[in-house]
Amino acid sequence: MAKQVFTRPKALKDNIFHYCPGCGHSIIHRLLAEVIDELGIRDKTVGVPPAGCAVLAYNYIDVDMGEAPHGRAIAVATGIKRTRPDLIVFTYQGDGDIAAIGTAETIHAANRGERLSAIFVNNGVYGMTGGQMAPTTLLGQTTTTSPGGRLPLRDGFPLDLSQMLAVADGSVYIERTAVTSPKNIIKTKRAIKKAFQVQMDDLGFALVEILSQCPINWKLSPVDACKWVEEEVVKSYPLGVIKDTTQAQNRMDRMKRGKRAKT
Amino acid sequence: MKKGFIRINSELCKGGGLCIAACPKGSIRIRNKLNIRGYHPAEYTEKEKSKNRKCTGCALCAIICPDIAIEVFRD
Repeated sequence: MAKQVFTRPKALKDNIFHYCPGCGHSIIHRLLAEVIDELGIRDKTVGVPPAGCAVLAYNYIDVDMGEAPHGRAIAVATGIKRTRPDLIVFTYQGDGDIAAIGTAETIHAANRGERLSAIFVNNGVYGMTGGQMAPTTLLGQTTTTSPGGRLPLRDGFPLDLSQMLAVADGSVYIERTAVTSPKNIIKTKRAIKKAFQVQMDDLGFALVEILSQCPINWKLSPVDACKWVEEEVVKSYPLGVIKDTTQAQNRMDRMKRGKRAKT
Repeated sequence: MKKGFIRINSELCKGGGLCIAACPKGSIRIRNKLNIRGYHPAEYTEKEKSKNRKCTGCALCAIICPDIAIEVFRD
């Protein structure tokens, strides 16, 4: 008798994804749902989706969701977590949301060590509005608002938000992963699970940056878009753990007594 | 080697072709016929019950499928 080894996670609704063919968002939705299922926290999880392609995330992930104004997901999540500390709160944000309009509250939430899990989906363009240049766009990358490629003197340099947040003392766990191959997807799932675990252990701010492919706005086929992430995007945004101080013994002491951690 | 098989829900599939690149055995291809939303969906080329099928049920295609159109079974 054949045994089923892979099927739709229970925390995902039956709706068909509205995302374009080959989009990384739907993979990340599935990973989130799998993690929520595995940790058994579906009834006490609250998500805050962004403005952007994933604005309809509440149609897919079967947990409570509270929509936030553009860029303010972390601020809304802070409010939810502070009024109901027993809930597990995650934000799901694109690069236009967390790294452009919402940079201010993100940095301060990380610095305060808010017990949140932030999922940062980085595809380097403003996907929903038609592929305009974002702060995270690579140098030389062609978008609809940088038709000749991004020039540093005119448009600035790619913003590495994860490195910026790693400097803040309140952040505990920051990792950058991708969803371009089965291997990377499994690593991403592990990272998301750890980000939730950090929050459940009440340690501090956790963020997973996921390099996602946007085949439509990059004008590539889905397979070529994955290849482009693995060959080009990782040069600007190298994969791996950026910060992990979950093992620091004195972290809890410091949180309670206000001392600086020796990390 | 254990054998397995997959079932592709052609109405969920958007024909991105990521599963075709991920399958180590080359058992998936794009179907000529359109599905109801106008995409050419992926199609499993082997028979579920056939004895000399190559699928091992490794689930790489299902892991990378963005639309969760693939269900994997292992004997």
